Amino acid sequence: MAELTYREAVARGIAQEMERDNDVVFLGEDVAAAGGVFKATEGLIDKFGPLRVRDTPISEQAILGAAMGAAMTGLKPIAEIMFSDFIAVCFDYIANEFPKSRYMTNGQVKCPLVVRTGNGGGSRFGAQHSQSVENWAMMIPGLKVVAPSSPSDVVGLLAASVRDPDPVIFFEHKSLYATKGEVPDGEIVDQLGTAKIVRQGKDATILALALMVPRALEAAEKLSNEAGIDCEVIDVRSLVPLDMQTILTSVAKTGRLYTVEENPRLCGWGAEITSIIADEAFYDLDGPLIRITTPHIPLPAADNLEDLALPSVDRIFAKIQTTMN
Amino acid sequence: MQNEVNQSASSLANDDIGTENRLELYRLQVEIRNAEQRAYDLFLQNLVKGTSHLSLGQEAIAAGVAVAMEPNDLSFCTYRGHAHTLARGVPSEQVLGELMQKDNGLMRGKGGSMHLTSVEHGVMGSYAIIGAHLPIACGAAWRAQYRGDKDVSVCFFGDGTTNIGAFHEALNFAVIWKLPVVFVCENNLYMEYTPISEVTAVEHPAADRACAYGLESIVIDGNDADIVYRTMKTAFDKAREGGGPSLIEALTYRHSGHSRADPAKYRPEGELEKWKERDPIKIYRERLAQFGISEEQIKEIEENSMKRIDEATEKCKAAPIPPEDILATDVYADGGWAWRN
Repeated sequence: MAELTYREAVARGIAQEMERDNDVVFLGEDVAAAGGVFKATEGLIDKFGPLRVRDTPISEQAILGAAMGAAMTGLKPIAEIMFSDFIAVCFDYIANEFPKSRYMTNGQVKCPLVVRTGNGGGSRFGAQHSQSVENWAMMIPGLKVVAPSSPSDVVGLLAASVRDPDPVIFFEHKSLYATKGEVPDGEIVDQLGTAKIVRQGKDATILALALMVPRALEAAEKLSNEAGIDCEVIDVRSLVPLDMQTILTSVAKTGRLYTVEENPRLCGWGAEITSIIADEAFYDLDGPLIRITTPHIPLPAADNLEDLALPSVDRIFAKIQTTMN
Repeated sequence: MQNEVNQSASSLANDDIGTENRLELYRLQVEIRNAEQRAYDLFLQNLVKGTSHLSLGQEAIAAGVAVAMEPNDLSFCTYRGHAHTLARGVPSEQVLGELMQKDNGLMRGKGGSMHLTSVEHGVMGSYAIIGAHLPIACGAAWRAQYRGDKDVSVCFFGDGTTNIGAFHEALNFAVIWKLPVVFVCENNLYMEYTPISEVTAVEHPAADRACAYGLESIVIDGNDADIVYRTMKTAFDKAREGGGPSLIEALTYRHSGHSRADPAKYRPEGELEKWKERDPIKIYRERLAQFGISEEQIKEIEENSMKRIDEATEKCKAAPIPPEDILATDVYADGGWAWRN
């Protein structure tokens, strides 16, 4: 067991898979010699050489297109899109190419690749380098969508993503890169499509993803200590495949559901989950389904305004406390 | 164009192509012409559904490239990809079946005319988002380079593609990584309904951009299959020897509209007729005669092809529509579409 930062866990996960399989290659802007703008891929070029860890031009379409061509002919590429907001300039590959190739060729074309990308707010970077865009990927049939919240999940879910035969969009949260956590020694391989109950509780279920997981946990502690409300917190981890059974089981127990979402409100991941709960668990519910999200706005740069926009511990606490009473 | 005329003349004196390749070049062009013409006829009978983009008049490029390819080489095509798919040896029944959206189609009707794919023939897909497949072809070439495989990836696209970002990203990428990929621009003078000259800053939409990427500027007569074949052989040799990518602009003309919805009324009077005098099949038929191939042999190729297309048409007409149980198969690698438990 070692204590790693979330960013160190990224490099460890990539290295673990590159050591295991020569077909795993890695490309992106500034990822090799510079070790990544978030220093999440430092040392990989020294370990694996410039043929497997490759710097690219600022050409997001070329990066994702090349990853796809390599994947469909036998490699297992990991491509980095530096900031998830930039997915918009290469969205064709995310929306039309990776996810549709298998279906429209009647299973002939395979696309086993991983797109890693720095997602989310909290860095005061302003509207074009801060958005939480996991819902952009979630809405596309054929993709898998993962967003880890802890260093050990980064390693295990990244390994699972590399080994997965489908295209996986892997959202790393920029504000978590510096956070630390215990990571077991040796090879770690987790399972996509599995949510994790990170706090047991009986009064209400809180779903959260990535940066919202530690905030939900902190709010849950506060709710327990100050309001006597015992919340169960589930780290969703994987939006596709979605572990609805864990969520349904929890809601059946607690009768209440809150989602804590960093994405802007409209069509956020919680909208889909709450609609499923309304469909399938309506009679388990003791109160309304409530989504706590970033408002439907672009993100501001100023720290006080950005803090106001993203769901905070206080906002989660207040919303749950008032609506549970 | 002077250079092209010279090449054309020299082909008479120089039989570097050989009889077997020449017969194959003609056979493929005829097969493509017949299949495309049949697709058009079946569309008029409402038996080809959706849309279709024909390569009538552009057959020499698909044929010339395909005959120059090795079996392991890979083709990346556009939505105007019937010709390139047929040229790699995919049976016309499977192509027409897909156009008619029948269960005997290449992808059992799940892809349609714009997405013809036959991995077993090296046809790695037909892409209907302009420019998307240029970077993808780079990726396949990167795999070959990384593994030391000897195959080359060929990427076909139209003149209109040269004005989209992915074209420029892919060229730069292929050059800096020295990838074994050949980009073939079929300049048929029109981007969909608009003359390419009206929307492009340079005269030759592909070749005049080559210098920006340190590539040789190559413009060829795309209606002469011999010239296409020779140009491609050179490009393939270069790619296989580690010399990196080539960009080839092949001048041609489509005899039909952009798609089935387009009667091509925007063409100036006489333009089509002028180009039909340079019909690639007419040119090549005369070429075969010049090289001493008998009229009987030529007719046999033509008749055999028509017979195959007729048989394929009947099989497709009789084929069942796709079964409903394939609606949600192959969304994910487990064969299904499940996104939740």
